[in-house]
Amino acid sequence: MTSRDRNEPLLQVRNVTRYYGERIGCSNVSFDLWPGEVLAIVGESGSGKTTLLNCLSTRLAPTTGAIEYRMRDGAMRNLYQLGEAERRLLMRTDWGFVHQNAADGLRMNVSAGANVGERLMAVGERHYGNIRTSANDWLGRVEIAGDRIDDDPRSFSGGMRQRLQIARNLVTHPRLVFMDEPTGGLDVSVQARLLDLLRRLVADLGLSVVIVTHDLAVARLLSHRLMVMRQGDVIETGLTDQVLDDPREPYTQLLVSSILQV
Amino acid sequence: MPVRLYLNNVGKSFTMHLQGGAVIPVVGNVEFSVNAGECVVLGGPSGAGKSSILKMIYGNYRCDEGQILVTTGAGEAGGEIVNIAGAEPRRILQLRQDTIGYVSQFLRTIPRVSAEDVVAEPLVAQGANEAEGREKARELLSRLNVPERLWTLPPATFSGGEQQRVNIARGFIAHYPILLLDEPTASLDAANRAVVVRLVEEKKAEGVAMVGILHDQDVRNEIADRIIDVTSFHAEDAA
Amino acid sequence: MSIAVETDDELPVEGDYNFAYLDEQTKRMIRRAILKGIAIPGYQVPFAAREMPMPYGWGTGGVQVTAAILGKDDCLKMIDQGSDDTTNAVSLRSFFEKTAGIRTTYETSEATVIQTRHRIPEKPLTEDQVLVFQVPIPEPLRFLEPRETETRKMHALEDYGLMHVKLYEDIARNGHIATTYAYPVKVNDRYVMDPSPTPKFDNPKIDRMAALQLYGAGREKRIYAVPPYTEVKSLDFEDYPFEIQKFDKPCGLCGAENVYLDEVILDDRGGRMFVCSDSDHCEERRADGHLGPMAADPAAADIAGPTGKETAR
Repeated sequence: MTSRDRNEPLLQVRNVTRYYGERIGCSNVSFDLWPGEVLAIVGESGSGKTTLLNCLSTRLAPTTGAIEYRMRDGAMRNLYQLGEAERRLLMRTDWGFVHQNAADGLRMNVSAGANVGERLMAVGERHYGNIRTSANDWLGRVEIAGDRIDDDPRSFSGGMRQRLQIARNLVTHPRLVFMDEPTGGLDVSVQARLLDLLRRLVADLGLSVVIVTHDLAVARLLSHRLMVMRQGDVIETGLTDQVLDDPREPYTQLLVSSILQV
Repeated sequence: MPVRLYLNNVGKSFTMHLQGGAVIPVVGNVEFSVNAGECVVLGGPSGAGKSSILKMIYGNYRCDEGQILVTTGAGEAGGEIVNIAGAEPRRILQLRQDTIGYVSQFLRTIPRVSAEDVVAEPLVAQGANEAEGREKARELLSRLNVPERLWTLPPATFSGGEQQRVNIARGFIAHYPILLLDEPTASLDAANRAVVVRLVEEKKAEGVAMVGILHDQDVRNEIADRIIDVTSFHAEDAA
Repeated sequence: MSIAVETDDELPVEGDYNFAYLDEQTKRMIRRAILKGIAIPGYQVPFAAREMPMPYGWGTGGVQVTAAILGKDDCLKMIDQGSDDTTNAVSLRSFFEKTAGIRTTYETSEATVIQTRHRIPEKPLTEDQVLVFQVPIPEPLRFLEPRETETRKMHALEDYGLMHVKLYEDIARNGHIATTYAYPVKVNDRYVMDPSPTPKFDNPKIDRMAALQLYGAGREKRIYAVPPYTEVKSLDFEDYPFEIQKFDKPCGLCGAENVYLDEVILDDRGGRMFVCSDSDHCEERRADGHLGPMAADPAAADIAGPTGKETAR
C-alpha cells in the first residue's frame, strides 16, 4: 500500500440516518474509516449498531445521508449510486461480511472447499486445480485441517464454521470487512481462538474492519477505534483504549463498569 | 538538547456519572518539558496524578485542558510538532508506533504468540524484518535473564516476574524518541534492576527523552536527571 | 414451419377442436414469447401456459410450443427417449393427429417440426427444421438457489459463479464432472441455460445447430430458444474440460459408433445388449445393410422389430 493510499479514507460516512417508519434506527452518523483501521461499534441490543452496519454494507438503504467508498482505482463512489452489478462485484471482491450466525454466510449444502472457492469462481477463475489450491491454503490459514476440504459445513463445529466463513470472505483479498458479532454464541475458549486468529489476519492483511459487538473485550482486543451507540445515536467515539479506560459519557461509564472481572 | 515533549497548563479531572456526577480533580496547571537525552521522574505520593499524566501523554487518558506537544520523528531536529490533547485517534496510533513508547508493569498477554515475537512486535511494526526483530528480542530477553527455554512459548503461563521482564524488553526494543516508564523496576530483583538502569542509560545516550514513575529510590537516583513533584500541580488551582 | 395459416373459411365447426387444440389468441401469446426468446438466446421468457389435456410432466410445455408453430403443411415427428414408439411419443403424436390433422413421421429427415423429450436425433438437422424440447425444470440455478427473485437477478447480472460451484462439487466428490444430463450451457456467451434433461452426449449438437431450437416448460411457464447457428458452450474447468459419454461398443443392431446407446436387458440370465437410443437412425442404417454384432441374435429380433421403414401416417 502506498503512503498516498494510507492518507486517504477508505470509507466516508456523512449524516447517515435510518428510520423504520416513525422509529429511529440510527441517527446522523458520520465518520471516516482509514485503510488498515479497525473500528468497533458497541452498544446494547437495539442501540442501532446493526442498523448502521447494514447501511454501511449496502444491505439496507439509509433514509438520508451519504456513504462513499474508495474503489480500487482510487475514485470515491457513493455506494447507493452504484449499479447492482457493481455493488455485487464490490461485495464479493473488495468486501467481506462475517455474520454472527455462520449459516447465514455459508452455503451449508456444499463442501468447505466450494464455500471458499465460490468467490474465485464468481470472478472468473476456471481452473479447478488453482481453486482447490487456494481453498486448501485458506483452510490452513484459518486452522481447518486439509482433510475436511470436501466435508459440508453442517458437520463442522460452531467455531470451525465461523473460521470457514472468514476464509470464504478473505480469499479474494478484500480491503474492507464488516463483522456482525463474529464471536457471539461461541464458547469462551472457542471465542479466544477466533479472536486471536482474526487479530492476526487483520494485521497481516492490513484489513479495514467495521465490527459490531456488544462485548467490550472483543472491541479492546481487535479495534483501534471505538464508537459507542445508544438509542440510535453515536454518543462517544475515540481511541479504543481511551474510551474504555477514560469513558466520558454516563452510558459509556455504565457499560465499562458492567464488565465482569474474571 | 532540543525539547521533545512539552506539557503546557495541562489539567485533568474525572466526572463519575455513576456516583451522582461527582467530579474528581486529578491534576491542574501541569507544566514541564523534557529534552532529548533527558530522564525526568515524576515524584509525589500515590494518588497525586503521576500515572494520569503518563497516560495523557500516551493518549490513553483524555486531556481536558492545556496542550501536550511532542516532536515527531527521530532526527535531531525532529519532525512536526503534534498536540496530543487534540490529535485524531489515527494520529495518536501513528505516534505510538514511531514516536512514543510505553514501558508498563503489566503485560497484556496475547494468546498463542511466543515471547520473542511479543517482544519483537514493536520493532517489526517500525519496519524491521522478522529475523532482525527476533534477534534483537533474544538479545534483550537474554540480558533480562528470561530463561532461553521460554522464548518460544507464549508468555500467558509465565510467572509474574517473567511476564514483567518480557514486557520491559518489548518496551525497550524499538526506537522511540520519547519513552514513558511506568514503574519498570517494581518487584524486580537487584540484578534485573541493574539491567533496566543500563537500558535507560543506553536510551539516554541515543537521545531519547524519558518520563518515568519510579518508586525505587536507588533506581530513581541512578537514572533521574530531574525530579518533578506532581503535588505542586494542584488541580484545585485549575478549578 | 408456416405460422398462422388459419383463414376465415377454415374456422372449425361447432364441437371440433381449433387447429392444434389451442385457440388463436393463446397461440399468438405463445408466439410472442417464442419471438422474444429467439431475440434473446437462452433467456427464459415467462408465458401464460394453459392447462392442457394431459398431466404436467408429459410435455405440456413442448406441446404448447408445437401447437403455436404448427401449420397445415408441417410434418411432425415425436420422440421420447430417442424413440418414436414409446408411450409419451405415441400419445402426443396422436394428440396432434387428432387436433391438427397434420402429417406425422418417424423419419428425422422428413419432419419439419420435431418435438422431443431427452434426445436430439443423431442425423444432423437442417435450417428447414424446428426442434421443440419438453422441459421439466428450466432454471439451471434452481437446485443451488431456491429463490426465484435471486435467480432472476443472477441471470440479469450474469452472476454465474454458482454454476461452477456445482461442477466443482462434482469433481471434488467424484474425481470428474459427474453431471451426465441437463448439463448447463452458456448460450451466445451470455445466458446460462439448462438444455432440458438431454444427455450431455447431445450438448455438442446444440452448438451452432442449423435448426431452430425451442424449449417449453409448461408447469414452470417458461419458453426459451436457441436460434440457428448460435454458439452454445458447455460449462467446464480449464483442467477438467467438458467431455461427452463414450461407449466402448457399437450398436448391437446396426453397428453404429459414436452414437448414444441404450442398455437393453434381454433375459433374466444377464443377457443384454446396447442399441441406438435413436430408433429411426438405427432402422435407417439397418435398411441400408449395416449390421451390428448382435443383429443375428434371436433375442435381439424382438427389440429390433420389423425392419424396414415405417411412416406413421
